[in-house]
Amino acid sequence: MIRITVDAEPLEGRDGQTIAGVLIGAGRTAWRTAHTGDRGVFCGIGVCHDCLVTVNGVEGVRACQREAVDGDRVEREVRA
Amino acid sequence: MTVGGAGAGESAARRVAILGGGPAGLAAAQAALAAGARVTLLDEGGRLGGQYWRHHEQLTDRRLQHGWARFERLRGVLDRAEVHTGASVWSAEASDGAVRLRAVVGPADAAGRTALEVEADAVVVATGAHDLALPVPGWTLPGVTTAGAAQALAKRDGVTVGRRTIVSGAGPFLLPVAQSLAIAGAEVVGVHEASRLGGLAAGWLPRPWQLAGKAGELVEYVGALARHRIPYRIGSGVVRVLGTDRVEGVVIAALDAEWRPIPGTEREIACDSVALGHGFTPRLEVAISLGAAIEGDRRGRFVVVDDAQRTSAAGVYAAGEITGIGGADAALAEGAVAGFMAAGGSLDDDRMRGPLAVRRRMRAFAARLERAHGIRPGWTSWLADDTVVCRCENVTRRTIADRADAPLRAMKLATRAGLGACQGRTCGRAVEAIVAEAGGAPEGFDRRPVLAPVRLGEVAALGQGNGVGAAAAAISIDDRAESTVAAAEPRQ
Repeated sequence: MIRITVDAEPLEGRDGQTIAGVLIGAGRTAWRTAHTGDRGVFCGIGVCHDCLVTVNGVEGVRACQREAVDGDRVEREVRA
Repeated sequence: MTVGGAGAGESAARRVAILGGGPAGLAAAQAALAAGARVTLLDEGGRLGGQYWRHHEQLTDRRLQHGWARFERLRGVLDRAEVHTGASVWSAEASDGAVRLRAVVGPADAAGRTALEVEADAVVVATGAHDLALPVPGWTLPGVTTAGAAQALAKRDGVTVGRRTIVSGAGPFLLPVAQSLAIAGAEVVGVHEASRLGGLAAGWLPRPWQLAGKAGELVEYVGALARHRIPYRIGSGVVRVLGTDRVEGVVIAALDAEWRPIPGTEREIACDSVALGHGFTPRLEVAISLGAAIEGDRRGRFVVVDDAQRTSAAGVYAAGEITGIGGADAALAEGAVAGFMAAGGSLDDDRMRGPLAVRRRMRAFAARLERAHGIRPGWTSWLADDTVVCRCENVTRRTIADRADAPLRAMKLATRAGLGACQGRTCGRAVEAIVAEAGGAPEGFDRRPVLAPVRLGEVAALGQGNGVGAAAAAISIDDRAESTVAAAEPRQ
């Protein structure tokens, strides 16, 4: 098991999952705010950039491409 | 770090760079090695295998993998090659008989990745394809994914986006997606194939011997659907997604032969997730950047190759889905030819007989795939005026149609369609269809491609001055941060 925080809230995931995988595994489908409402994963393979999050202070990380590491601090992004 | 520079005393073996570690790239690597080349393979994913063999050692259910033994054989050969995974190529140039690729290597979108420069005598571009998911009203709601995303999350992460999923679109790929979702624990409420019986029969029934192994594969999937009690409905599709903050249901309609919804056939179905896939679109960015000619029409544009998988650009070969959507077997065959030829081999070589035969057969398969499941123009009639088409920039159908008479470049600048973070990869084909329908000329949405987003700081850290500026005018691809730049527009 790995543990990450999403906006300071702890979430558990399976070792090796992407950040999107951990979020979805925890029952979340949305984690970015756009003009038309919340967005989550769409293409799942790094093409669409709909799933961007901030990871350990670095903006613009595709949650579907980044493997989660124990202790990662994930923050939601509010962008158009 | 520069890789592959021929120094004094090194052998004169040809240096072949391969872009992409899916079926085409892996087959290319194997063949190039067999022909005696020095091979460098780059893939942007964390693991080799591409979308077809996407996996994680602990998380992937083995029942979701096909042809795994072949993957292991191909991967096993690579101990004789230089392999970089997690490599985002942001610049690719071919000139004066040499190919130069620049990449950053490390965890996806991390800061401070390692710079990598690869020089080679030839390159095999095997960058594959991604889902083409046509817009429908409500498709930006959380819970809507592409069919490929549903597949990738099930295979790679062992998760499903929802508990009750509807799969909708066109093509045989919907079948393994439904099977994967069922195995991963979701209830698949239905699979909706847009093509009607007439179109399917025209594509699949004539000359059944050409289908060879493919027919058996399809029958296997249909059997899997039956075992999981998943209904398969042809001539229908999701024409609207319902919900306020997330998916609560869909409207399914019967579609006519041109994929126009038939009035009076709409019905609502409750679900919490939708997987959309109307076929695939090739990832042409690197091929275009290297100067390879692209041909086709609104049904699809692909890299032009000759019998040796050579593109119009010297030293640039292409294989797999970027030359035509034909599936993994076609990609494996084309990759083998491309790798062998890039390494200086000959088509007359006995080792090419098998791949050439498979390639012939699979090209026939690809033509039938397009005939049976290719996008029909009537789909735009399921859009509302205010339906978001460009997801990144929230550009609606009406906004695009209102500017359809402008040259495409002006239309993009005026509406921002295709100028967001994904650079039109998601909406490009849909925007072209809307422009064409409104009387415009939808030429060249994919010109001037951005290869991979990299951070300004990373480029700055490359430090070699001319390494960046001259080759690739780094441009900001979106307004989420000035720190995001992308390579390059070498030609219009």
